[in-house]
Amino acid sequence: MAGIASYGAYIPWYRLSRPDIQQAWDSMIPIPGEKAVAGYDEDSITMAVAAARDCLTGIDPQKVDRLYFASTTSPYKEKQAASVVAGALGLGKGTYTMDFAGSLRAGTNALRAALDAVEAGSASSVLVTCGETRMGAPNGDKEMAFGDGAAALLVSKSGVAVDIDGSLSTFQEFHDVWRSDQDTFVRSWEERFVREAGYMRMVNGTVAAALQKYNLTPADITKAAIYAPDPRLLGMAAGKMGFDPMAQLVDPLYMTVGNTGSALSLMILVSALEDAKAGDRLMCVGYGDGCDVLLMKVTDGIEKIKDRRAIKRHLASKTMITHYLKYIQWRGLMATEPPPRPPLNHISVPALWRDQDYGLSLHGVKCKSCGTPQYPPQRVCVICQAQDNFEPYSFADKKATVNTYSHDNLAASIDRPVTIAAVDFEEGGRIIFNMADRHPDDVKPGMPVEVTFRKVHFFEGIHNYWWKCAPIRC
Amino acid sequence: MGSVKGIRDKVAIIGMGCTKFGEHWDKSKNDLIFEATKEAIEDAKIEPKDIEAAWAGTWVSGFDGRCLADPLKLQYIPVTRVENACASGSDAFRNACYAVASGAYDICLAVGFEKLKDSGWAGLPDQQSLPTNRYPDRTAPGMFALMATTYFHKYNLSPEEGKRMIGAISVKSHHNGTLNPKAHLRREVTIEQVMNAPIIAWPLGLFDCCGVSDGAAAAIIVPADKAKDYRSDPVYVKALQISVCPSEGELRADYDFTQVKATIKAGEAAYAEAGITNPREEISMAELHDCFSITEAVTCEDLRFSPVGKVKEDIESGFFDLTGGLPVQPDGGLKSFGHPIGASGVRMLYEMYLQCQGRAGERQIKDPKLGLTHNLGGIPVSNTVSVLIIGL
Repeated sequence: MAGIASYGAYIPWYRLSRPDIQQAWDSMIPIPGEKAVAGYDEDSITMAVAAARDCLTGIDPQKVDRLYFASTTSPYKEKQAASVVAGALGLGKGTYTMDFAGSLRAGTNALRAALDAVEAGSASSVLVTCGETRMGAPNGDKEMAFGDGAAALLVSKSGVAVDIDGSLSTFQEFHDVWRSDQDTFVRSWEERFVREAGYMRMVNGTVAAALQKYNLTPADITKAAIYAPDPRLLGMAAGKMGFDPMAQLVDPLYMTVGNTGSALSLMILVSALEDAKAGDRLMCVGYGDGCDVLLMKVTDGIEKIKDRRAIKRHLASKTMITHYLKYIQWRGLMATEPPPRPPLNHISVPALWRDQDYGLSLHGVKCKSCGTPQYPPQRVCVICQAQDNFEPYSFADKKATVNTYSHDNLAASIDRPVTIAAVDFEEGGRIIFNMADRHPDDVKPGMPVEVTFRKVHFFEGIHNYWWKCAPIRC
Repeated sequence: MGSVKGIRDKVAIIGMGCTKFGEHWDKSKNDLIFEATKEAIEDAKIEPKDIEAAWAGTWVSGFDGRCLADPLKLQYIPVTRVENACASGSDAFRNACYAVASGAYDICLAVGFEKLKDSGWAGLPDQQSLPTNRYPDRTAPGMFALMATTYFHKYNLSPEEGKRMIGAISVKSHHNGTLNPKAHLRREVTIEQVMNAPIIAWPLGLFDCCGVSDGAAAAIIVPADKAKDYRSDPVYVKALQISVCPSEGELRADYDFTQVKATIKAGEAAYAEAGITNPREEISMAELHDCFSITEAVTCEDLRFSPVGKVKEDIESGFFDLTGGLPVQPDGGLKSFGHPIGASGVRMLYEMYLQCQGRAGERQIKDPKLGLTHNLGGIPVSNTVSVLIIGL
């Protein structure tokens, strides 16, 4: 039976306190908690890559034969995002890449499509990734509610930790939340209509139908990972469905991360998997223009999935954004003074294309004469000057430390100082990187770092991705 | 490089000129080129028509030989533009010297110039990048700050001690600049001002960084055996060396940022060419590429003015002061002049030339014999370095 062979997740390091948002707007409605905010150099693609790397811990990426990327916030309206994710992960060229877009159900749509592909035998190992950075208009309820995050699940037929043994979906043409191709911010209809006519009927009806189809009752479900725009609505719906909200519901992360849209169901499924034991029965529910219900049973294989940062470790690793305006600037919601540096050079598309097997996945070369890893790829070895005697070499999974650093206030970034570091890899080689997700005072020569896939520029409509170093996150 | 024969004592400088450096809002690059060259030609007591070939050193202010032929109305002679990053001016001079040494020409002109203040940017008007732009955001201050971080770390200097060490370099150079009417910044600064200045790129503060300015400088070169036909005190070229780093520090983890290998290599080659074995004793004075205070500190070690790791003692004892054992930046350096890229190398030579002839006014060093210029283009991990030595 097909199921989940591995899981991973990603939550950005930065969190914004909801009371800080209220304070910025002098607003009176008290809303507690905080939301996770993608850094200025992160988006749905980079977060999906981070979750996928977490999911592939200890797994050979070459075994993946499909890569699905789900999001309502792909950085491109026209251009595939899954190909960027697959390229960054260094997946094989035969990998079938596909984007799932538009619906808040995109995450569970992708999971079910992966399941179908594996069940049908047309794929053996599908990596489902989902990243989300939805924006609510400033000074609104959606800005308060929305958070950023990502999840990844590896679906395959063998070695599964979770058998997915049931699924049922319904659709409904319904405007509860939507965003047209002209909109920056998510729109919604009146809250009571959305709740009563939309969420409650749709989710309750579909879950009830699914349980009935498989001869299950709510009591049979160990944990239910159900999408909900807020915890109050989830509690109301779950109570009506016959679940014990305290015992059976997975925390929808509202207080700590916020509503991560199409990624939420998968993120809280990952959260459930972190605590799951063999024999547990789980339910995952996606909502949006209908409802997806997936039923699953945890196997012994769950014990083999270790060392994931997933939800728990990412949640515990955070820093508070010091000022709401920083978030506003990162999301480009206010025109601010540009950095006092000349504008970027034109990004050469042929140069990006030539770099797809190297820079995108942080592959360099290793000299076959002297053994020295080098990035970027060379024709002449920097150590022994041997010519054209190299093999491909991945830096992304290697241990590294900072040799030296500076915090540069002059560099062309909206988030100065820019930390620059010469990073030395344990098995040899050096790359000079910018450093993400650090407190400047913590940076020291000799500190261990890892690499992280980031958006380094946006210019002339091209989202340009490369890598940065960062302190070992968690 | 040590086995290269070189052209020691084969050519001489008979005239030099240098504009005031600064923010020349009211002057074009052509004005600056004209003024520097006019001074050099008058100093050499020749006519413009006597010039047989010319080399221009500029980074971004000109593109080909026309950048000199046009403003000077040179009459159909060969003119070549040379670009070698911040060492462009030094390399233009080197090319002109080699042309004379080859016997092909008897009078050559080298001009270094740069007009940066038309760009609209406070720093350099470029962003280093690859065509992919897959490259860390980095600036010159940020990259040289990497040297300060490791220098402090390697030699166990606290940030306070380290900043005090390099801060004293800036205090010294600012003082020398007050004595030079052609310097851009002519103001004393105190160590407290330097230590408390805003951070540009940690640990470098405002006064650890040179400014950006406009300027031009020019030299007239003739064969050594004809030099005294023009003047009684020509200054002879003792060594002209350039070393270019194959960007090793970008890729090699064994580069530790407390030295610049191309400076060491160019220095050793220049000492071999000039017959110098103990530079600390034999070099009378030097103009080093003090783009940042840490660069000057490391260069003093790389050129063997100070033992490795010991430059702090020489800075603190005043060894590099105008009245010290080996004055460094007697004219005020990049610190006081700013750094119009292509002009700086020739500006350094101008000071060494004046000092050798006893014409440096209030800055005059007593009886100098050999002056060294060091011009570093690029960044610590990837660079092009010239070391030139001239003297009587």
